Amino acid sequence: MLDDNWRPKLDQYLDSELSAEDMRGMDAHLRECAACASEALRRLQLKRATHLAGQRYAPSAEFRRRIERQAAARNRPRRILLLVPVLAAAMLLLASVVTLGRWYERTRSQQVLAELADIHVADLASPTPADVVSSDRHTVKPWFQGKLPFTFDLPELEATGYKLVGGRIAYLEHEPGAHLLYDVGAHHISVFIFRDRPEIERVFPARDSSRRVLSFHVESWAAGGLRYFVFGDASLESIRGLSRLLKQAGA
Amino acid sequence: MPLFDSLYNFAHWLTRNREEAEDLVQETYAKALRGFGSFHPGTNFRAWIFRILRNTFLTSRTGLAASRTVPLETSNDQEQATAISHETPESILLEQAGQQQIQTALEQVPVIFLEVLLLCDVEEMSYQEIADTLAVPIGTVMSRLYRARKALRAALESKMREAKHA
Repeated sequence: MLDDNWRPKLDQYLDSELSAEDMRGMDAHLRECAACASEALRRLQLKRATHLAGQRYAPSAEFRRRIERQAAARNRPRRILLLVPVLAAAMLLLASVVTLGRWYERTRSQQVLAELADIHVADLASPTPADVVSSDRHTVKPWFQGKLPFTFDLPELEATGYKLVGGRIAYLEHEPGAHLLYDVGAHHISVFIFRDRPEIERVFPARDSSRRVLSFHVESWAAGGLRYFVFGDASLESIRGLSRLLKQAGA
Repeated sequence: MPLFDSLYNFAHWLTRNREEAEDLVQETYAKALRGFGSFHPGTNFRAWIFRILRNTFLTSRTGLAASRTVPLETSNDQEQATAISHETPESILLEQAGQQQIQTALEQVPVIFLEVLLLCDVEEMSYQEIADTLAVPIGTVMSRLYRARKALRAALESKMREAKHA
């Protein structure tokens, strides 16, 4: 005869859902009550049989692969979504760097041109604007030999309207270069020739460029490892005309 | 994939159909991945994902049909659980039942009871985990579990009697 006090708790006992005190009480009861012990054994056997029989269905390998692909495909955009703030921050940083870089380059190029403008104006105001005074390019060019770490060619100016006045050594950011003086009409034009350096190339990235600085027209280009600046208050066409002659001479 | 085999087995028992089980598991993982933010770390992941599967099943055509054929639970199920005895002569034959016979008997158990039985005896969930999975009180879990075992036992005894008379 099953014990009415313990029998209702048999399932909970077998499911390990009784309190520790009731578990101990049930253990003690089952040792003394053969009927309840037999019923407990029968239920335990059914529980174990259900456990084994219930594991009946297994997914196919193809289905497993399909689910794994599905999960992987869903995870990819998630990872990308997680990266969105990082990418946004990186883009912002990049934009800041680019903006800062452009501002720096613009500032640097203005500094360079302002320095050249100072030299140009100072030379014009000087009683001796040129250390070598000659309209003959074959006199002026050799004067620079031994004074500069590079050489250059000067154009033939006959019938061009341009006149070579002379030259001197100029310094741009502590680098020596040639400062040539030309006249066209009543205007004075300075031609600066320096070694093209990365720091100069960076702020004048275009091989040819025209600018206007402090009302001066400026033409600049790089050729043969040299950086040319043609600087003056003459018309832009005059500046460009002399630039073309210099380019042809250096080609 | 976490709990993949368990979820598929559970889904197949609920749907009784391979294709439907695959669809159910697939949708369960899709919902779990979409709604993973709603899972609270430290809580029961197994109960959480089984709940997704079970709720998805209930809204499926098969699930809706199954829920319509389930006998209504009574408030005194747990009282019944303490009052019914199964000391029948056939009960001793349970020990001799083979796995296939038990599986056939499990198929006779209504889904609403079968799911509790599977979660308890196959997945070895605690009553609390089952309650979390099914979103029902623990008392209801115990009641359904009792009725599930009763139904299984009845189906099994019937099968055994048929086998004996055959």
